Amino acid sequence: MPEVRKVAVSFAVNGEPRTVEAYPMARLLDVLRQDLLLTGTKEGCGEGECGACSVLIDGELVNSCLVPVAQAEGSRITTIEGIAGETLHAVQEAFVECGGAQCGICTPGMVLAAVTLVGRQSAQPTEDDIRNGLAGNLCRCTGYMRIFEAVLQACEKSVGAGA
Amino acid sequence: MRSYLPAYDMRVPLELDEALETMARAPGEWKPFAGGTDLMVLLEQGKLAHRKFLSVARLKGLYGFALTDDHVTLGAMITYRQVQATAILQQEFPLLCRAAYETGGIATQNRGTLGGNIANASPAADSPPALLVYDAELELVSARGARWVPYAGFHLDYKKLDMRPEEVIRNIRLPRTKKNWRQHYRKVGTRRAQAISKVCFAGAALVDGGEINDVRIALGSVAPTVLRCRKTEALLRGSLTTEMVRAACDELAREIQPIDDFRSTARYRTRVAQKLLAEFLLGLIAPPAGDRA
Repeated sequence: MPEVRKVAVSFAVNGEPRTVEAYPMARLLDVLRQDLLLTGTKEGCGEGECGACSVLIDGELVNSCLVPVAQAEGSRITTIEGIAGETLHAVQEAFVECGGAQCGICTPGMVLAAVTLVGRQSAQPTEDDIRNGLAGNLCRCTGYMRIFEAVLQACEKSVGAGA
Repeated sequence: MRSYLPAYDMRVPLELDEALETMARAPGEWKPFAGGTDLMVLLEQGKLAHRKFLSVARLKGLYGFALTDDHVTLGAMITYRQVQATAILQQEFPLLCRAAYETGGIATQNRGTLGGNIANASPAADSPPALLVYDAELELVSARGARWVPYAGFHLDYKKLDMRPEEVIRNIRLPRTKKNWRQHYRKVGTRRAQAISKVCFAGAALVDGGEINDVRIALGSVAPTVLRCRKTEALLRGSLTTEMVRAACDELAREIQPIDDFRSTARYRTRVAQKLLAEFLLGLIAPPAGDRA
């Protein structure tokens, strides 16, 4: 079987330019965790069902287990490590306040999914928007209600802050 | 077991001409790879048989959009999220928007594409039944030129496409003829979000003065390919009667060929397909949703 060589792939991760040597079909998830040591991104199911590996590519929520690294060339990637600035992001604050995490495996993906809800919509998302926005992220501990409340609170606060 | 990564190659060309040249040099050697939401699952499971992939996700030529009096033309790389956000599709092709909304979660909808969904040829795909109802056409392009084909008939058998190995889908064209048709889409799965369908139904009918003048019925997950049910359609003309609904449901059960698998059983699928058809037809008698108090 002919062996494919590793290729250089360049992209920006959390604002910093990075170049990795990787097999072209390596999962972005593995490159982030193993090559760039950004282990905040978790692996859950490995088949796009659970959302634990969620990251943003060019601002869009994606499952990093389903992205071959070659397709990420030239993109802007945001992982959970890039969400907080000097202080926590409003979504992270709300997760802390509402108790939106237990074991923590789903939390980075939940936070990233929530960040796209809070950040993007000019009008406040409806409860249905929030449920739909989080539908691709599974949690086996919380029963979802506290996560849902945290995202609702973050949305309300961000609209309040923007007014 | 996971796949052996050094056995898999991917190139990411930016220009369509370059991609088509690569595919023309050795037809079948390089296989198009779009959003990867299905192929990457196979890779992780060690079931991805093909080894050399040409990413089509960056090809500028596959991102077209054109609106004329007669058609909407969508570039094959339009994602499910973009489908939902496209105003003309919301207004005139609601079944396609609904199908896009019901496909996976947001992260899948941001990566998965209409062209990829068609070429991946899953009989359980959500958008193809809507495309069949809308009489969609596909533009296939290779280094030798382009041709338009009707989408109905494009799926020859399970995962077999009426397409040459050096061709890619460039555009999907929808005739703007169904705007005033009554339309219905329903996907039945294990849960609302993420689940792959047990049965998926799309229907549209031109109803005038209580008479059905024309109708389209298409289903997913009930045959080796997504299926337009022409024999069932043929029974649905004129005033809708209880006998007509019963006859159409009987015919539908003969026309589909569902199987038992890990998602459902043939018996359940047949029963649900008939119920969905009846739901659609009975909805035609009720006033349109906009007229309700």
